[in-house]
Amino acid sequence: MKGLKKFIDNQLKPPFEEGGKLHKFWPVIDSLDTFAFVPGHVTKKGAHIRDGIDLKRTMFMVILALIPALLFGMYNVGYQHYMALGQEATFGDIFLFGMLKVLPLVIVSYGVGLGVEFIFCIAKSHAINEGFLVSGMLIPLIMPVDVPLWMVAVATAFAVVIGKEVFGGTGMNILNVALTARAFLFFAYPTKMSGNKVWVNTADGSPVDAYTGETLLAQATSTPVEKFTDISGTMYAGIDQSFIDSVIGLIPGSVGETSVIACLIGAALLMWTGIGSWRIIFSALLGGAVMGLIFNWVGPAYFPDNSFLALPWWYHLAIGGFMFGIVFMATDPVTAAQTPTGKWVYGFLIGLLAILIRTVNPAYPEGVMMAILFMNVMAPMIDHYVIEANIKRRVSRLKVKTA
Amino acid sequence: MSKTIKIKKGVDIKLKGTAEHVVAKLDRPEIFAVKPTDFHNLTPKMEVREGDEVKAGSVLFHDKYRDKIKFTSPVSGEVAEIRRGAKRRILEVRILPDANSESIDFGAADPVSLSREEVIEKLLKSGLWTAIRQRPFSTIANPDDKPRDIYVSAINSAPLSADFNFICKDQVDLLQTGIDAVGKLTEGNVHFNVSTEADRSSTFTGLKGVQLNRFNGPHPVGNVGVQIHHIRPIDKGDTVWYLDPQALITIGRLFKEGKYDPSRIVALVGSEVKEPKYFETQIGASLKNMLKGQLSEGTNRIISGDVLTGEKIEADGFIGFYDSEVSVIPEGDEPQFFLTEGWLSPGFSKFSVSRAFPSWLMPGKKYRLNTNKNGEERAFVVTGEMEKVFPFDIYPMQLVKSIMVNDVEMMEKLGIYEVDSEDFALCEFACTSKIEIQEIVRNGLDLIQKEFA
Repeated sequence: MKGLKKFIDNQLKPPFEEGGKLHKFWPVIDSLDTFAFVPGHVTKKGAHIRDGIDLKRTMFMVILALIPALLFGMYNVGYQHYMALGQEATFGDIFLFGMLKVLPLVIVSYGVGLGVEFIFCIAKSHAINEGFLVSGMLIPLIMPVDVPLWMVAVATAFAVVIGKEVFGGTGMNILNVALTARAFLFFAYPTKMSGNKVWVNTADGSPVDAYTGETLLAQATSTPVEKFTDISGTMYAGIDQSFIDSVIGLIPGSVGETSVIACLIGAALLMWTGIGSWRIIFSALLGGAVMGLIFNWVGPAYFPDNSFLALPWWYHLAIGGFMFGIVFMATDPVTAAQTPTGKWVYGFLIGLLAILIRTVNPAYPEGVMMAILFMNVMAPMIDHYVIEANIKRRVSRLKVKTA
Repeated sequence: MSKTIKIKKGVDIKLKGTAEHVVAKLDRPEIFAVKPTDFHNLTPKMEVREGDEVKAGSVLFHDKYRDKIKFTSPVSGEVAEIRRGAKRRILEVRILPDANSESIDFGAADPVSLSREEVIEKLLKSGLWTAIRQRPFSTIANPDDKPRDIYVSAINSAPLSADFNFICKDQVDLLQTGIDAVGKLTEGNVHFNVSTEADRSSTFTGLKGVQLNRFNGPHPVGNVGVQIHHIRPIDKGDTVWYLDPQALITIGRLFKEGKYDPSRIVALVGSEVKEPKYFETQIGASLKNMLKGQLSEGTNRIISGDVLTGEKIEADGFIGFYDSEVSVIPEGDEPQFFLTEGWLSPGFSKFSVSRAFPSWLMPGKKYRLNTNKNGEERAFVVTGEMEKVFPFDIYPMQLVKSIMVNDVEMMEKLGIYEVDSEDFALCEFACTSKIEIQEIVRNGLDLIQKEFA
C-alpha cells in the first residue's frame, strides 16, 4: 500500500498543490486521498489519543444498514413487475429486473449529488464532507421505481443546494436532504409521485386485467382492511395475509421502503452501534401506535365513513414508509433534536403526526414524509425548551442561595 | 457524614502499560526546571538572573498581577538558563543543582496551632501556595479569597494514571499534616474523595478533619470537577479550591520539617515503556535518567500527565508541576490505508466509545493506541456521543457551541463555571468530528475570566 500512497503523493497530487495548475480542484484530489488513506494527522493539544471512529466510518455504518432495504427493494421491484404482468419468473430474473431499474436511480443520485457537492467545495475551497454518502443512497430508496431519471437529478440537485449548501453544508442543514428531494418532486411533479400508476413498472408488457397498482396505503383510504387486494386485484385471504406481506415487504411502494424486516435489520445495526438514536426510533413507534389507537377508538364511533381510522394501530406501523422513515430519516442527527430528552419528544411527535396526516388528510397518504420534515423544523424549538429547563434548574439553585 | 456517589456516564479506556506497584530510586537528575507554562494564564515576573545562586525554596519569579504568589526553586544550585519562546515568553527556568542541597528554613510548626493567616503566609513564602488551584477557571487560588470548600480527589481514573492509594501508602502522617494546614483555609469542608474500592482507598480511610466521600464509576469519576458537581455544584460567584494528595504531602512536609522538599512519586506508564513502574523523583526534575533505557524503538510521544489531558514534552523535558505520571505512547503519523487500518477496516486494534468498532466485543482487552486522530476535522454531525461520557447535568454540545460563537451569557447559563477543559477530555476523545473541544472550553473559560476581571 505504500506504493499506492507514494503514487498519490508524488504523481497525482503535485499539480493540485499550492501553486500548481489545478490547485482549484484540490478538494477533489484531497477527498480521494483521504478516502483511501486516513491521513497521518496527529493530535497536538488536548487528548493525545482519539476514538477510532470518524465521519466516514459513521456514514458507512448507515449505508451498511441500508443495504438490506436496497437489496430487498431491488427484488420487490422485479416481483411487483412480474406479478402485474401475470408472468412466472425465476428469482434471478426478478432480482435482475429490479437491479436494472434501481441501479440507474442510485447512480444518478450519487452522480448529481456528489457533483454538486464537489462544485461547492471547490468554490468554497473546503474539504468534502461525507454527509451526502448517505443522502445519495436514501434518495433512490424513497422514489417510485418509474420516476424519470432527470427528475431524480433535478430533485437531488435541488435538495443538495437548497436543502444543505445554502445553510453551510454538512452538519448545518435544517431539513433532511433526502426528504427535501422527495418533497420537491411530490409537489412539483405530483403525477409521477403519487396515484396508482407509478409504483410498479409495467412498461414492457400489458398488465393482467384486474391490475390496480394501488398501494395498501391508497386502498386504506377507501377500503376496509379485510378487503385489501394485491396489485393484480386478488383479494388477500385475510388481514393476516396482507399484514404478513407488508411486513416482508412484497407490496407496491417506493423502491426501498416496503419491507419492515429490512428496516428492522437496519434499525438494529444503527441502534446497536449507537449511530442511530434508539430514543427516536422507539418514541416514534410509540407515537404512531398511540395515534393509531386513538383513531381505532374514536373512529368507528364518530366517523364511520372513514375506513382508514378503523385500520388496526399495529397495521399502520407496517404499511407505507413509516418504518423506513423513522429508522433512516428521523434519526438523521443533524436535523433531529439534539438533546436526549428532546429526542424522545421529537420521535414521539413524528409518529403521532405521521399517522394523523396519513389518516385525516387523504391527499397525503404518505404522512411520514410531512411529519419528519415538519418536526425537522420544530426540532430546534424542542431543544430550546429542554435546555431552558436545564438553565432554570441552575438559576433556581442560585436563587435558593441568595434568598 | 460519608457520602457514596455512583456515576454511570463515562468510559474507562484500557491501555497497555499500567505501572507495577514498585517504586524505583533514581540518581539525582542533572538539571531541574520550573515551567511557568504549567500554571494556566500566569505571567511570570523574574526575581533571579542567569548565574544566580539559589537554595531549595528561593524565589525564582512571581505572578506579575498577584505578586504575593511566589514560585520557588525545588533544589539548591545555580540558575543555568532562562529559556524563552516566541514573544520572549518565559518557558523554563533551568537550575543546575549543586552538591550542598541547602534549603531555606521556613520554620517547622504544627498547623493546628497556627492561624489562617500564618498558614497562608507560610504557603506563599515557600512557593507551595501554587499547589492550590481554584474552580472556576483552574488557575492558582487567590490568597485573598475565602473558598466555599476545599476538594481533594484521591481517585485517579484517567487511563494509565498513577494510583494515589499506592503513592501515599507510607506518607499518611504527612498527608494528615497537609490536611490540617489546608483545613485552616476554609470555613467549609475539606472534601476528601476516594474510590469505593478498598484497594484504591485503604490508605485514606483513617484521615481526620475531612469529609470522606466515596465515588464509584468509570472515568472521569476521578476528575475533581465531576466530584464537586455531584457533591455541591459551583454557581456563579462561588469559589472552591482543590489540590491533589501529593501536594498535600509536600505541604505536610513543609510544616513538619520547615523546608520545601518537592519529592514526589511519579508513575512511568504507557505501551512504549519497557517496565512501567513508579519512580521516586522531584517536581521539575529532568526526565532523562528516568527514561533511560525504558523506551521502545520508533517515534514515541512523551506526555507529562495522562494521555487525555497531559502536555507533550521532549525526552529531555521536565515533569509538570501538577502531574503524577509520565505516559509514553506511539506516534501515529503514518497514513492508514482505508481497507487494512483505516475507516473501512474491521479495526480490532482501535478503541471506540460507539460500537462501530469491535472493541465492545472484547471488554477486557488492553489497547496500544497511538496519537493518530483517526480522521479529519468536520462540522458537528453526530449528537448524543458526548452525553454518554459526560457525567454532569449540563448539555455539553450546546455549551461547546455557545463557546464557539463567544456567547458569554449562554455559556454562563449552560453552566461553564462548573467545568474545566479536563472534564471535556473524554468528549474530545469520543468526538466523531475530531473537534478540539478541550481547547475550545479553555478559551471559553479565559473569555469569561477576562470579561469579569
